[in-house]
Amino acid sequence: MESKVAYQNELNLKATELRLGLPGTDIESEEQALSSARNNKRPLPDNTKECGLKGSSDDAQHSDHEAAPPAKAQIVGWPPIRSYRKNNLQPKKTEAEASGIYVKVSMDGAPYLRKIDLRVYEGYPELLKALENMFKFTIGEYSEREGYKGSEFAPTYEDKDGDWMLVGDVPWDMFMSSCKRLRIMKGSEARGLGCGV
Amino acid sequence: MMNYFPDEVLEHVFDFVTSHRDRNAVSLVCKLWYRVERYSRQRVFIGNCYAISPERLIARFPGVKSLTLKGKPHFADFNLVPQDWGGYVQPWIEALARSRIGLEELRLKRMVVSDESLDVLSRSFTNFKSLVLVSCEGFTTDGLAAIAANCRFLRELDLQENEIEEKKNHWLGCFPDSCTSLVSLNFACLKEINLAALERLVARNPNLKSLKLNRAVPLEALQRILMRAPQLVDLGTGSFVLDRDSDDSETYRKLRTTILKCRSIRNLSGFLEVAPHCLPAIYPICVNLTYLNLSYAAGIHGSELIKLIRLCGKLQRLWILDCIGDKGLEIVASTCKDLQELRVFPSDPFGAGHDAVTETGLVAISSGCPKLNSLLYFCQQMTNAALIAVAKNCPNFIRFRLCILDPTKPDPVTMQPLDEGFGAIVQSSKRLRRLSLSGLLTDRVFLYIGMYAEQLEMLSIAFAGESDKGMLYVLNGCKKLRKLEIRDSPFGDMALLRDVGKYETMRSLWMSSCDVTLGGCKTLAKKMPRLNVEIINENDQMEFAPEDSQKVEKMYLYRTLVGPRKDAPEFVWTLV
Repeated sequence: MESKVAYQNELNLKATELRLGLPGTDIESEEQALSSARNNKRPLPDNTKECGLKGSSDDAQHSDHEAAPPAKAQIVGWPPIRSYRKNNLQPKKTEAEASGIYVKVSMDGAPYLRKIDLRVYEGYPELLKALENMFKFTIGEYSEREGYKGSEFAPTYEDKDGDWMLVGDVPWDMFMSSCKRLRIMKGSEARGLGCGV
Repeated sequence: MMNYFPDEVLEHVFDFVTSHRDRNAVSLVCKLWYRVERYSRQRVFIGNCYAISPERLIARFPGVKSLTLKGKPHFADFNLVPQDWGGYVQPWIEALARSRIGLEELRLKRMVVSDESLDVLSRSFTNFKSLVLVSCEGFTTDGLAAIAANCRFLRELDLQENEIEEKKNHWLGCFPDSCTSLVSLNFACLKEINLAALERLVARNPNLKSLKLNRAVPLEALQRILMRAPQLVDLGTGSFVLDRDSDDSETYRKLRTTILKCRSIRNLSGFLEVAPHCLPAIYPICVNLTYLNLSYAAGIHGSELIKLIRLCGKLQRLWILDCIGDKGLEIVASTCKDLQELRVFPSDPFGAGHDAVTETGLVAISSGCPKLNSLLYFCQQMTNAALIAVAKNCPNFIRFRLCILDPTKPDPVTMQPLDEGFGAIVQSSKRLRRLSLSGLLTDRVFLYIGMYAEQLEMLSIAFAGESDKGMLYVLNGCKKLRKLEIRDSPFGDMALLRDVGKYETMRSLWMSSCDVTLGGCKTLAKKMPRLNVEIINENDQMEFAPEDSQKVEKMYLYRTLVGPRKDAPEFVWTLV
C-alpha cells in the first residue's frame, strides 16, 4: 500500500497518475492476477469518473509546499461503512488527517508570507529542509544548549500561549499541536535566542 | 383432528408459535388456520414497506400490536441511494391511526420519519409502548418531544444511528413527572441533551434497564446517573474523558466506587469520546460483560484494549476497531472462549492502516473461539489458507461478512483469487444465512455458493465475478435466497432474465454498476407484473430518451402486491 510517508519524500507521480484500475493497486500485480479474471468486466474508468477520483492532474501540480491529497482515492460506498459510523469515529482523528495543519511562515526581510501544512512532515529535519528550500537559506546545526549554530537564521514559532519559542525543543507531536505560526528570525534577534546566556 | 377444536384452543396453541416464519407457515395450512392465525397475530414484520399497503395489513391483522417496517435498500447505508428515494412512514401511521388498531410497538429501519408522523403516532395509540428507529431520518427533536409528552406508558425509546435535526427544545424535559415506566432509553445519536432533565428522568424510572447516553453527557453526570440506576443491564456511556491534572480525580474516584455497585451491567457500549487513563474505572464490571462495543472509541490504543479485554472472560459479542491489531485478537482468542459474534471495524478506512488486522488475527480468533457464528471483519488482506483454516475451526457461521479494504485484492501469498477460501466457508458452515464477499473473486466462488450455501438468505457482492455464469450459479443454487445485492460486477441481461420467476421468491435484488441494460430491465418488468423494477437515474444524460442497449447504473427490483409505488421521485423510473 502506498503510505503517506512515501508520498511526501519525493514527487510520487504514481499516486496521482490517472489510469485504469482501482486506486491503490499496482499495474504489475493487477496484470499478474487479473489477466483472466477481468475480461468481461466493465471498463473501470466509468466507476472512477463517477467517484471523483482524486488523482487528477490538479494534484500533480502541487509541490511540496502544499498538503498532499490522501494517497488512496475513494470509491463511492467503499469500504461499506455506514455514514453515521464514518462521521462519528472520534472526530478529532479524522478531521486532523483530512484537513492538515496549515501555519503561516514569515521570514524576516521577505516581501510576503508562505503557508505550509505541518502534517506533511515526519519530523523536524524534513520541516527545516522544506523551509530552507522555500526561502533559500541555511539553518544551522541544532543543539539543545545553543540553539541553531552556524547561521544567522533561527526558526521560531508562536505557541498557544503567544510565546515565541525556538523550533526543535519539544517533541514533534507536541510542536505540531501547539504551533500557531512560524517565523524565521534573522540577524541579531536570532542570535539572541540561541545565546546560552 | 385440529378442526374439531374450538378456535380458542387453536389460538392458544398458536400462541406458542412466535417466529414470523412459523406463523406465516401456520397460516398456509388451511383456511381455518389462516383465519385463527390472522386474528391472533400480534407481531407483524414487513421487510419491504413497498411490498404491501397499510390498508391490507390492517385488513388482515386487525389485532396487530407490534409492527416492524423496513424502507430503503441496504446499500443506502453506503450512499448508493440518493436522497428522497422514498421509504416514508407517514402513510402507515396515518392509516393505522384511522383504524382501530391498538398499536403498541413500532420498529423502523431506513425509513423517512417526519415530526408530523411522530406527533400523530404519539396521539393516536393510548397504549403505545415502544419506538425503535434505526438509521432513519427526516425528523427533529420536536418529534421526540411529542413522543415524550404524549405516550403515557412509554417503555422504550431507542434511537440507533439516526440523522436527527436538533432544536433547542429540551425534548427530554417533555416527559411528564408521571412517566415512570421507562425500561429502555437510547439517545446516543444526538449531539446535545438536557442534563438536568436526564438525571431527573433516570431518578424517577426505577425499571430502567437499558440506557445509552450521548457525547454530551460528561463523566460527572454519568457517575450521578449510575448512582440512581445501579440496576442497569445495558449501558452506553457518553463522554468518558477526564483531564489528568484537574480536580476531577475526585470525580474519577467517585465513578469507580459507583461502578462497583453496578453489578447487573452485561452490555457496555458508547465511549464516543474516551481518554485511555479513565478506562480502569470499568475494570470491575468487565468480568460480567457479555457484550462490549468499543467500535467508536478510536482513542484507545491496542495495548489498553488488551488490558481491558483480558478481564472480559464471559464475552459473547465484541465490536471493536482494527487498532486492536492481530496481537490483540490473539488475546481475545485466548480470553473470550464464549465468543459468538465479532465485528472489527476499520479505524482508518482510507489510510494505509498500519495497526490494522490481517488474516492472522482472524485465524487466531477462529482457533480460540469455536463458538463463533457471526463475523464482520474489515481487514487489509486475506488468504485462502486462512479462510480454509477458519472454516475448519468454526463450522457454525450464520453470518460471515468479510471486507478487504482493497476490494479486488488477491491472496497476497499466492496471488490467487479467494474463491477457494470462501468456498471452504460455505461448505463447512451449513447454516450460513448471510454472506458478504470481497477480494479478488472469479465465477468459481459463485459455483461454490450455489452448490453449498443451502440456507443462504442474503448475499452481498462487490467487484466480483467474470461473467453471467457467476450470477446464475447463485440464482439457481440458493433456494432460500431472499436478498441479493450486487455492485460493480460483470453480470448482465442474460443472467438477469434466465429465471424471472426466481425474483418472486425473493424480497429484492439490487444491481449497480453492472452490465444489465435498460432493455433487459424492461423485458423483466414486462414479464413480471408483480415485481417493481425501479431504475435510479442520477445523471443528466437521462434527459434524452435512453437506448435500450444502455447500461443501467442502478436497478432495484422487489416483489410487491400493490403495484408501482406512488411516491417515487422523478429520478426513479418504475418500468412496466
